[in-house]
Amino acid sequence: MKSPALDYVRVDSLSAAFDAFEAGDGDAQFLAGGHSVVPALNLRLQAPSLLIDISRIPELSGVELCDGWLRICAMTRHAEALTHPLIIHHAPLLCAAAPFVAHPAIRNRATIGGNLVLADPASEFPAAALAMRAEMEIVGRDGVRRVPADAFFLGLYETAMRPGEILRSLFVPPAREGQRVAFDELSRRRGDYAIVGAAIQAVMADQRLSDISIAFLAVGDRPIRAAKAEAALRGGALDGATIAAAQAALEGDLDLEDLPQMPASMRLHLARVLLGRVLGRLGGP
Amino acid sequence: MEQDLTKEITVTVNGETVRQRVEPRLSLADWLRDRLGLTATHLGCEMGACGACLVMLNGRPAHACLTLAVQVDGEMVETLEGLRDRGVIADLQAAFHERNALQCGFCTSGMLATAHALLVDNPHPDRSEIRDALSGNYCRCTGYEAIVDAIASTAAARTIDQGTSG
Amino acid sequence: MTMAPDTTAFIGQPHRRQNALRHLAGRGRFTTDLVLPRMVHAAFVRSPVARGQILAVDVEQASQAPGVICVLTAADLNPLCMPWVGTLDHFARMASPPQNILAETHVVWAGQPVVMVIASSRAQAEDACELVVVEIEDQEPVVDGAAALALGADTASPGLASNLCYETVLETADVDAAFAKAACVVDGEFSFGRHTAVTLEPRAVVADFDPSTGQLTVHQGTQTPYQFQDVYARHFGLNEGQVRVIAADVGGSFGMKLHVYHEEMATVAASKLLGRPVRFVADRLESFLSDIHARDHKVRARMAVDANGIITAMEVDDLTQIGAFSAYPRTSAAEGNQVIRLMGGPYRMQDYRGRLSVVFQNKVQTSQYRAVGHPIACAVTEVLVDGVAEALGQDPLDLRVRNVVPDDAYPHTSATGYQFEKLSHQACLARLRQMMGYETLRAEQALLRKTGIYRGIGIAPFIEITNPGAAFYGVGGARISAQDGAIVKLTPSGDVQCMISVTEQGQGTETIIAQIVGEQLGVSPERVKVITGDTDTTPVGGATWACRGAGIGGETALRAGRKLRDQILAIAAAVLQSEVVDLRLADASVIDAHTGAVRLSLAEIGRIATYRPDTLPSGTDNSLTAAQHYAPSGFPFAFTNGVQASHVEVDVETGLVKLLKHWVVEDCGRIINPLLVDEQIRGGVVQGLGAALFEECLYDEEGQLTNGSLAEYLVPMACEMPDIVIGHVETPTLDTILGAKGVGEAGTAAAGAAAMNAVNDALLPFKARLMQTPMTPARILAALGHV
Ligand SMILES: Cc1cc2nc3c(=O)[nH]c(=O)nc-3n(C[C@H](O)[C@H](O)[C@H](O)COP(=O)(O)OP(=O)(O)OC[C@H]3O[C@@H](n4cnc5c(N)ncnc54)[C@H](O)[C@@H]3O)c2cc1C
Ligand code: FES
Ligand code: FES
Repeated sequence: MKSPALDYVRVDSLSAAFDAFEAGDGDAQFLAGGHSVVPALNLRLQAPSLLIDISRIPELSGVELCDGWLRICAMTRHAEALTHPLIIHHAPLLCAAAPFVAHPAIRNRATIGGNLVLADPASEFPAAALAMRAEMEIVGRDGVRRVPADAFFLGLYETAMRPGEILRSLFVPPAREGQRVAFDELSRRRGDYAIVGAAIQAVMADQRLSDISIAFLAVGDRPIRAAKAEAALRGGALDGATIAAAQAALEGDLDLEDLPQMPASMRLHLARVLLGRVLGRLGGP
Repeated sequence: MEQDLTKEITVTVNGETVRQRVEPRLSLADWLRDRLGLTATHLGCEMGACGACLVMLNGRPAHACLTLAVQVDGEMVETLEGLRDRGVIADLQAAFHERNALQCGFCTSGMLATAHALLVDNPHPDRSEIRDALSGNYCRCTGYEAIVDAIASTAAARTIDQGTSG
Repeated sequence: MTMAPDTTAFIGQPHRRQNALRHLAGRGRFTTDLVLPRMVHAAFVRSPVARGQILAVDVEQASQAPGVICVLTAADLNPLCMPWVGTLDHFARMASPPQNILAETHVVWAGQPVVMVIASSRAQAEDACELVVVEIEDQEPVVDGAAALALGADTASPGLASNLCYETVLETADVDAAFAKAACVVDGEFSFGRHTAVTLEPRAVVADFDPSTGQLTVHQGTQTPYQFQDVYARHFGLNEGQVRVIAADVGGSFGMKLHVYHEEMATVAASKLLGRPVRFVADRLESFLSDIHARDHKVRARMAVDANGIITAMEVDDLTQIGAFSAYPRTSAAEGNQVIRLMGGPYRMQDYRGRLSVVFQNKVQTSQYRAVGHPIACAVTEVLVDGVAEALGQDPLDLRVRNVVPDDAYPHTSATGYQFEKLSHQACLARLRQMMGYETLRAEQALLRKTGIYRGIGIAPFIEITNPGAAFYGVGGARISAQDGAIVKLTPSGDVQCMISVTEQGQGTETIIAQIVGEQLGVSPERVKVITGDTDTTPVGGATWACRGAGIGGETALRAGRKLRDQILAIAAAVLQSEVVDLRLADASVIDAHTGAVRLSLAEIGRIATYRPDTLPSGTDNSLTAAQHYAPSGFPFAFTNGVQASHVEVDVETGLVKLLKHWVVEDCGRIINPLLVDEQIRGGVVQGLGAALFEECLYDEEGQLTNGSLAEYLVPMACEMPDIVIGHVETPTLDTILGAKGVGEAGTAAAGAAAMNAVNDALLPFKARLMQTPMTPARILAALGHV
């Protein structure tokens, strides 16, 4: 389990990163926290000829408010999602998801940007980003573009990013009055990738739900919005009947496959149970 | 002939400045162990799942198996050897000894790194918080309870010490 | 005549481990840490398929790769080594194909080493492995043990007549009658998943052959250095005296590090070829592919009870699936053999039939791992006992109290032929009931059930085989020592050293030996230096296997200590012109046995005997070194016993299980060090719980291990494990002076059974019952009808 030979360069600006990438002739890879890249190297699942360390580029660091949106730059470590006052306040769903991501020491190094770019369908942050209706700010040689989360996650480890582009930050829209969030997942051990997980954000006013978004993780090739379940909840009260209707509707949202260790029907059952629990928590204090 | 890819790095390791040329593929763990002889840092999985390789990187626990040596150029690394020499975890070490919170000892340096960071962040953890902090540290020998006990008793003793001195 | 009070009772005290201080300071000396001059590194090209024929191996390009010293194939290495065969003579008609270092013509499991690359660094060796081309013609692998036994099935290895490795039947005359007469019969079909040891330090070996002297030194993370000295000498044609095996600190072993592996043999062979040190450290992926796996049993069983709820008989059929060949030198049949003999062990049951079939398949070898056979026999027995309790509407704890062999009914022989000197099931059950507050927990369980919270209580009494004599392996022709040896010496300044054959992997062997020797010599354990794990410096012995360190090693140390004590007293008597009977050793001195007055320090004895032996009366033997060997006699094994209980909460919607608490009452005879005993038990319990709930080596139809990494194979971690409460009953064995039995495997023996009963107890209202490990959420949900 030793990495194959490769070259390494540390860059201190975006333009230097692009230069290095182009010089890498299609065989270069960006390195942020390295907590997905390095194990993949150790396992010899990847063999880039060049790693471009972008972790010290100043433009990729920082958390700030921008026109009411919260901007979380790509190099923000997972651990900061639990401790940064702006994230706690303006992106509570990200904060709620963070304790489920790996273990404390991993969270010290792994970056939120790296996690999103990796686009692991079992990962917590992509689902949270989807439920928050966040946007990804992507920079390339040709400029900057913003891609909403639902257009960003395209498939298994696949995003809207083009080769050589860099994820600069995650933009989280301002919270609405009465907004509530909840996150939970089922996993066999603490910190494991989930059997199924769900991130929910909604507005609760006059005992009625509105503006609801639900994103599931570990149910397909990317984080999945549960549109039919959302529809079943919209305008409803958070009572048993509404929750049951949402649970029933979930079948139409999730296209689950049999896994070697668990049939699709059981996965759907678990997704429904989890949805019920997370919704229950949404109503909580 | 192989291409020379080595890079020069300068790293503060246990308070000493170390300057060396390393291949970029070399992990921080292999660098510490094989080049610097700091064998307190162990390897149990080389993929971030066991915690045997935890070191303090800029004061926070980090996996030396998931970090390349070139990535820590200009940074501060502290291993169990350094923590011990500085005396900052003497009470934790004593509590581990007293409670027999290690058997083969292979997980111990990672456990101490996690415990040290936990008690800095949260001086009064309850048992479930301690277990949670240890969620990435595998121990095959002890069954964990003695480790939890040792960390809990260290936290309690530190609280008393602070209570009497301040 | 009054004797002076004993101030030197070290046995029974919670002494802390001196050697733990090194680890706490980061100064462990693991084989993985060792660097020798001119050392080179090994990596292996492994078979990607489970069964196939090797058509071609091309190492040309790899040999040219940077840093490569050489690339070795079967043609290079196998001729250096005499093949090994994992059979034992006392397992009649047992068969297993001969093994050699690298695969020659066929591969028989996915992961089998085919080519060895030696390079200046491990990374370069791995680079070169990628350049080796191995052409293999795939054959359909034998994966399912039952199908493997069908007539005409392909054999897992070439040259086998069938896939049956071994079979045996054990029965009493009246077993059929007992079932015919039974008031109630419960049965079950059990499946115990494969799991593996996952020691945190992987297997590691540095072989160092010196061609100038013909001396081979092997540094190896093993629990049995003498066994490997013998293996390396015989299989590589060296004299035993030319082979030295050193096991410094070992990062966990649990039985996994006493088997012969292809990679270690390859490393020794490569060092012989190259005449320089060769290092092989398995990485975690290689560990999963090549370390022995354990268990993998399918058991059909039934239990008969009479009208009074007394268990009268069991019938058991165990199919053990062991991989492509039987492990060497202990075989892969020993676990099944123990499974069928341990069944029903705690109970009075009169009649029994046990059938064992050991079967080959194209997976990595299985063999002895902590608590060999016990978890299976215990789970089968105890799940059936709970089934009886349910069928009869009786409380499971009460039913057990009525059925265990009473404490006053010893010696006792089980229906399976095991002889028990003296056990304490009743006392242990009584202690457990009080410790766990059984009645309160039952009341709470009933209350919570009404609120939709499903908790369960599971109970599992157990017996454990410890202190094995030669009956285990020696009589079968294996060169595995059942005896141990110790040398104890007094240094010129009055310190003590003990070189002993039992070894340390963190369980505290060295500490208890120091306590025992210290007590014999009146020297505090801190002043007793214990030296283990080096065949050149310690006497020969069995080392660490099957729970023998305390019982056999401890007795050896005790007798060695007493021998030296007598020698010291004889010198003291000569110096003091006194009688030996009037002297005693205490406080590092020779004291007056009656008054306790110090007569002479041990340092003074050391000084006189070493530097001024001329001042001793003529004819006085000045030896301050004593050697002693000891082999158990009397009962074939010293059985221990105990009981475990598990308290769980099952989330019946998700199938997730929360372990709330665990209790163990254990009788390991005389306790030498309660601190160490309790931690042995806790560690063992967690390994048992891991197997019950999490750990499983998953294979696909092609015989590929699909979860062979530490991210996918779920070991028990801190958050999921419960606190474990421990109580003791002490029934010393009278077979030894020391009275200690083993304890290392007790925790693992019954933890899984207790957990399985607890989960099933929680699921009782749903009439769901699991008989498969690990009890995954998917399996629990399936049992609950969510399919
Ligand atoms: C033991 C372990 C357990 C884990 N458990 C979980 C878990 O439970 N849940 C979970 O969600 N994750 C988990 N992870 C994954 C962890 O969160 C990842 O490290 C993280 O997803 C990647 O972040 P990084 O900064 O380390 O990225 P890197 O490893 O540096 O990069 C990941 C990928 O993203 C690219 N990249 C990184 N940053 C950028 C950027 N700004 N622009 C463009 N490309 C970029 C890289 O080129 C690479 O392809 C686990 C990891 C480990 C080792
Ligand atoms: S070796 Fe780094 S986490 Fe296991
Ligand atoms: S003490 Fe052996 S792994 Fe923890």
